[in-house]
Amino acid sequence: MDQGFFLLFAAVSVITALTVVLARNPVHSALALMACFLQVSAIFVLLGAPLLAGIQIFVYVGAIMVLFLFVIMMIDVREAVLQRFLPGGNLPALVLLVLLGLEMLALVLWSDRFSATEPAAARDGDQVRELSRAIFTDYLLPFEAASVILLAALVGAIVLARKEPG
Amino acid sequence: MVPLSWSILLGVVLFVIGAAGVLLRRNILVVLMSLELLLNSVNINFIAFGRYYADFRGQIFAIFVIATTAAEVAVALGILVALVRNKATLKVDDVTVMKG
Repeated sequence: MDQGFFLLFAAVSVITALTVVLARNPVHSALALMACFLQVSAIFVLLGAPLLAGIQIFVYVGAIMVLFLFVIMMIDVREAVLQRFLPGGNLPALVLLVLLGLEMLALVLWSDRFSATEPAAARDGDQVRELSRAIFTDYLLPFEAASVILLAALVGAIVLARKEPG
Repeated sequence: MVPLSWSILLGVVLFVIGAAGVLLRRNILVVLMSLELLLNSVNINFIAFGRYYADFRGQIFAIFVIATTAAEVAVALGILVALVRNKATLKVDDVTVMKG
Protein backbone atom coordinates (compact mmCIF):
# COMPACT_ATOMS: atom_id res chain seq x y z
CA MET A 1 0.00 0.00 0.00
CA ASP A 2 2.72 2.43 1.04
CA GLN A 3 4.90 1.37 -1.84
CA GLY A 4 2.16 1.89 -4.39
CA PHE A 5 1.47 5.39 -3.13
CA PHE A 6 5.19 6.16 -3.08
CA LEU A 7 5.60 5.01 -6.67
CA LEU A 8 2.62 7.08 -7.76
CA PHE A 9 3.83 10.26 -6.07
CA ALA A 10 7.41 9.72 -7.24
CA ALA A 11 6.31 9.19 -10.85
CA VAL A 12 4.15 12.32 -10.87
CA SER A 13 6.88 14.39 -9.22
CA VAL A 14 9.49 13.26 -11.76
CA ILE A 15 7.12 14.02 -14.65
CA THR A 16 6.31 17.48 -13.32
CA ALA A 17 10.02 18.16 -12.65
CA LEU A 18 10.76 17.30 -16.28
CA THR A 19 7.97 19.67 -17.28
CA VAL A 20 9.62 22.43 -15.23
CA VAL A 21 12.84 22.06 -17.19
CA LEU A 22 11.34 21.38 -20.61
CA ALA A 23 8.42 23.82 -20.71
CA ARG A 24 8.91 26.75 -23.04
CA ASN A 25 6.75 29.19 -21.13
CA PRO A 26 7.96 30.14 -17.60
CA VAL A 27 4.35 30.26 -16.36
CA HIS A 28 3.94 26.60 -17.25
CA SER A 29 7.22 25.88 -15.47
CA ALA A 30 5.98 27.60 -12.33
CA LEU A 31 2.68 25.71 -12.31
CA ALA A 32 4.47 22.38 -12.86
CA LEU A 33 6.86 23.23 -10.03
CA MET A 34 3.88 23.84 -7.77
CA ALA A 35 2.48 20.39 -8.62
CA CYS A 36 5.92 18.87 -7.98
CA PHE A 37 6.08 20.47 -4.53
CA LEU A 38 2.65 19.07 -3.68
CA GLN A 39 3.83 15.56 -4.63
CA VAL A 40 6.98 15.99 -2.56
CA SER A 41 4.91 17.02 0.45
CA ALA A 42 2.82 13.85 0.02
CA ILE A 43 6.08 11.88 0.00
CA PHE A 44 7.05 13.62 3.25
CA VAL A 45 3.83 12.31 4.79
CA LEU A 46 4.72 8.80 3.63
CA LEU A 47 8.18 9.22 5.17
CA GLY A 48 6.66 10.03 8.54
CA ALA A 49 7.24 13.77 8.61
CA PRO A 50 3.78 15.40 8.66
CA LEU A 51 5.11 18.68 10.09
CA LEU A 52 7.54 19.00 7.22
CA ALA A 53 4.72 18.31 4.74
CA GLY A 54 2.73 21.19 6.21
CA ILE A 55 5.74 23.50 6.13
CA GLN A 56 6.39 22.46 2.53
CA ILE A 57 2.87 23.37 1.46
CA PHE A 58 2.78 26.65 3.40
CA VAL A 59 6.24 27.92 2.51
CA TYR A 60 6.86 26.53 -0.96
CA VAL A 61 3.40 26.36 -2.50
CA GLY A 62 1.92 29.21 -0.53
CA ALA A 63 4.73 31.75 -0.41
CA ILE A 64 7.58 31.00 -2.81
CA MET A 65 5.46 30.01 -5.78
CA VAL A 66 3.15 33.02 -5.35
CA LEU A 67 6.29 35.20 -5.36
CA PHE A 68 7.47 33.50 -8.54
CA LEU A 69 4.12 33.98 -10.25
CA PHE A 70 4.01 37.66 -9.23
CA VAL A 71 7.47 38.25 -10.65
CA ILE A 72 6.65 36.37 -13.86
CA MET A 73 3.59 38.56 -14.30
CA MET A 74 5.61 41.74 -13.58
CA ILE A 75 8.24 40.81 -16.14
CA ASP A 76 7.43 40.55 -19.80
CA VAL A 77 8.09 36.90 -20.67
CA ARG A 78 7.03 37.04 -24.31
CA GLU A 79 10.59 37.47 -25.49
CA ALA A 80 11.69 34.56 -23.32
CA VAL A 81 9.02 32.33 -24.86
CA LEU A 82 10.25 33.11 -28.36
CA GLN A 83 13.90 32.46 -27.72
CA ARG A 84 15.67 29.34 -28.91
CA PHE A 85 15.09 26.42 -26.60
CA LEU A 86 18.00 24.41 -25.13
CA PRO A 87 20.70 26.00 -27.29
CA GLY A 88 23.25 23.70 -28.83
CA GLY A 89 26.93 23.86 -28.12
CA ASN A 90 26.37 22.90 -24.53
CA LEU A 91 27.82 19.45 -24.87
CA PRO A 92 30.18 19.70 -21.84
CA ALA A 93 27.28 20.44 -19.51
CA LEU A 94 25.30 17.52 -20.94
CA VAL A 95 28.25 15.12 -20.53
CA LEU A 96 28.75 16.39 -16.99
CA LEU A 97 25.09 15.74 -16.18
CA VAL A 98 25.16 12.21 -17.58
CA LEU A 99 28.32 11.44 -15.62
CA LEU A 100 26.81 12.89 -12.43
CA GLY A 101 23.64 10.86 -12.79
CA LEU A 102 25.46 7.62 -13.59
CA GLU A 103 27.84 8.10 -10.70
CA MET A 104 25.10 8.71 -8.16
CA LEU A 105 22.97 5.83 -9.46
CA ALA A 106 25.95 3.46 -9.36
CA LEU A 107 26.83 4.50 -5.83
CA VAL A 108 23.27 4.04 -4.58
CA LEU A 109 22.64 0.74 -6.34
CA TRP A 110 26.05 -0.71 -5.49
CA SER A 111 25.83 -0.18 -1.79
CA ASP A 112 24.05 -2.60 0.51
CA ARG A 113 23.53 -0.05 3.25
CA PHE A 114 20.66 1.63 1.43
CA SER A 115 18.50 -1.48 1.30
CA ALA A 116 16.95 -0.95 4.73
CA THR A 117 13.21 -1.34 4.70
CA GLU A 118 12.42 -0.83 8.35
CA PRO A 119 13.26 2.23 10.44
CA ALA A 120 16.04 1.68 12.95
CA ALA A 121 13.78 2.07 15.96
CA ALA A 122 10.10 2.84 16.11
CA ARG A 123 9.56 6.08 17.95
CA ASP A 124 6.81 6.33 20.48
CA GLY A 125 5.05 9.42 21.68
CA ASP A 126 4.15 12.64 19.95
CA GLN A 127 6.65 13.16 17.18
CA VAL A 128 5.92 16.81 16.49
CA ARG A 129 6.31 17.64 20.17
CA GLU A 130 9.72 15.97 20.35
CA LEU A 131 10.79 17.69 17.15
CA SER A 132 9.84 21.13 18.40
CA ARG A 133 11.49 20.46 21.75
CA ALA A 134 14.71 19.55 19.94
CA ILE A 135 14.50 22.71 17.81
CA PHE A 136 13.92 25.05 20.73
CA THR A 137 16.53 23.54 23.02
CA ASP A 138 19.43 22.01 21.12
CA TYR A 139 19.05 24.04 17.95
CA LEU A 140 17.99 27.39 19.35
CA LEU A 141 21.00 29.29 18.01
CA PRO A 142 20.59 28.09 14.40
CA PHE A 143 16.87 28.86 14.70
CA GLU A 144 17.58 32.45 15.72
CA ALA A 145 20.20 32.72 12.98
CA ALA A 146 17.61 31.58 10.45
CA SER A 147 15.19 34.25 11.65
CA VAL A 148 17.88 36.93 11.33
CA ILE A 149 18.66 35.68 7.81
CA LEU A 150 14.98 35.92 6.89
CA LEU A 151 14.79 39.49 8.22
CA ALA A 152 17.92 40.47 6.30
CA ALA A 153 16.50 38.92 3.13
CA LEU A 154 13.22 40.81 3.61
CA VAL A 155 14.98 44.16 3.98
CA GLY A 156 17.37 43.36 1.13
CA ALA A 157 14.58 42.40 -1.25
CA ILE A 158 12.69 45.61 -0.51
CA VAL A 159 15.81 47.73 -1.03
CA LEU A 160 16.72 45.90 -4.26
CA ALA A 161 13.28 46.11 -5.81
CA ARG A 162 12.77 49.81 -5.01
CA LYS A 163 12.40 52.15 -7.96
CA GLU A 164 14.95 54.82 -7.03
CA PRO A 165 18.22 53.45 -5.66
CA GLY A 166 19.81 55.30 -2.80
CA MET B 1 7.17 0.05 4.14
CA VAL B 2 9.05 1.98 1.51
CA PRO B 3 12.70 0.94 1.15
CA LEU B 4 15.31 3.58 1.86
CA SER B 5 16.89 3.21 -1.56
CA TRP B 6 13.67 4.28 -3.30
CA SER B 7 13.67 7.64 -1.56
CA ILE B 8 17.33 8.11 -2.37
CA LEU B 9 16.77 7.19 -6.01
CA LEU B 10 13.95 9.73 -6.19
CA GLY B 11 16.32 12.31 -4.71
CA VAL B 12 18.98 11.43 -7.30
CA VAL B 13 16.53 11.74 -10.19
CA LEU B 14 15.16 15.08 -9.01
CA PHE B 15 18.70 16.36 -8.40
CA VAL B 16 19.84 15.46 -11.90
CA ILE B 17 16.73 17.05 -13.43
CA GLY B 18 17.30 20.22 -11.42
CA ALA B 19 21.00 20.31 -12.37
CA ALA B 20 19.98 19.92 -16.01
CA GLY B 21 17.69 22.91 -15.65
CA VAL B 22 20.43 25.00 -14.05
CA LEU B 23 23.08 24.07 -16.61
CA LEU B 24 21.09 23.88 -19.83
CA ARG B 25 18.34 26.48 -19.66
CA ARG B 26 19.12 30.09 -20.49
CA ASN B 27 16.11 31.69 -18.82
CA ILE B 28 16.86 33.13 -15.38
CA LEU B 29 13.41 32.33 -14.03
CA VAL B 30 13.65 28.68 -15.01
CA VAL B 31 17.17 28.50 -13.57
CA LEU B 32 15.84 29.75 -10.23
CA MET B 33 13.01 27.21 -10.29
CA SER B 34 15.51 24.43 -11.01
CA LEU B 35 17.47 25.55 -7.95
CA GLU B 36 14.30 24.96 -5.94
CA LEU B 37 14.15 21.45 -7.37
CA LEU B 38 17.74 20.80 -6.25
CA LEU B 39 17.01 21.94 -2.70
CA ASN B 40 13.87 19.80 -2.61
CA SER B 41 15.74 16.66 -3.56
CA VAL B 42 18.20 17.36 -0.76
CA ASN B 43 15.27 17.69 1.63
CA ILE B 44 13.89 14.32 0.55
CA ASN B 45 17.26 12.74 1.31
CA PHE B 46 17.49 14.44 4.71
CA ILE B 47 14.04 13.23 5.76
CA ALA B 48 14.51 9.69 4.44
CA PHE B 49 17.81 9.25 6.28
CA GLY B 50 16.42 10.87 9.41
CA ARG B 51 13.58 8.42 9.40
CA TYR B 52 15.55 5.27 8.77
CA TYR B 53 18.14 6.08 11.38
CA ALA B 54 15.46 7.30 13.83
CA ASP B 55 17.07 10.70 14.19
CA PHE B 56 15.36 14.06 14.39
CA ARG B 57 18.25 15.95 12.91
CA GLY B 58 17.16 15.13 9.37
CA GLN B 59 13.86 16.92 9.80
CA ILE B 60 15.48 19.81 11.66
CA PHE B 61 17.99 20.39 8.90
CA ALA B 62 15.20 20.16 6.32
CA ILE B 63 13.41 22.97 8.18
CA PHE B 64 16.56 25.09 8.06
CA VAL B 65 16.99 24.37 4.35
CA ILE B 66 13.42 25.51 3.71
CA ALA B 67 13.94 28.74 5.70
CA THR B 68 17.18 29.52 3.87
CA THR B 69 15.49 28.81 0.54
CA ALA B 70 12.75 31.31 1.31
CA ALA B 71 15.38 33.98 2.01
CA GLU B 72 17.30 33.07 -1.13
CA VAL B 73 14.24 33.29 -3.35
CA ALA B 74 13.24 36.68 -1.95
CA VAL B 75 16.70 38.14 -2.57
CA ALA B 76 17.06 36.49 -6.00
CA LEU B 77 13.72 37.78 -7.22
CA GLY B 78 14.55 41.27 -5.91
CA ILE B 79 17.81 41.19 -7.85
CA LEU B 80 15.92 39.93 -10.90
CA VAL B 81 13.39 42.77 -10.75
CA ALA B 82 16.19 45.33 -10.40
CA LEU B 83 18.07 43.69 -13.28
CA VAL B 84 15.12 43.67 -15.64
CA ARG B 85 14.41 47.31 -14.80
CA ASN B 86 17.95 48.30 -15.75
CA LYS B 87 18.47 45.96 -18.68
CA ALA B 88 15.48 44.27 -20.25
CA THR B 89 16.76 40.74 -20.59
CA LEU B 90 16.02 37.38 -19.06
CA LYS B 91 18.86 35.43 -20.64
CA VAL B 92 21.68 34.25 -18.45
CA ASP B 93 24.28 34.87 -21.16
CA ASP B 94 23.37 38.56 -21.46
CA VAL B 95 23.98 39.26 -17.78
CA THR B 96 27.66 40.13 -17.74
CA VAL B 97 27.55 43.21 -15.51
CA MET B 98 29.72 41.64 -12.82
CA LYS B 99 32.30 40.24 -15.19
CA GLY B 100 34.99 42.55 -13.85
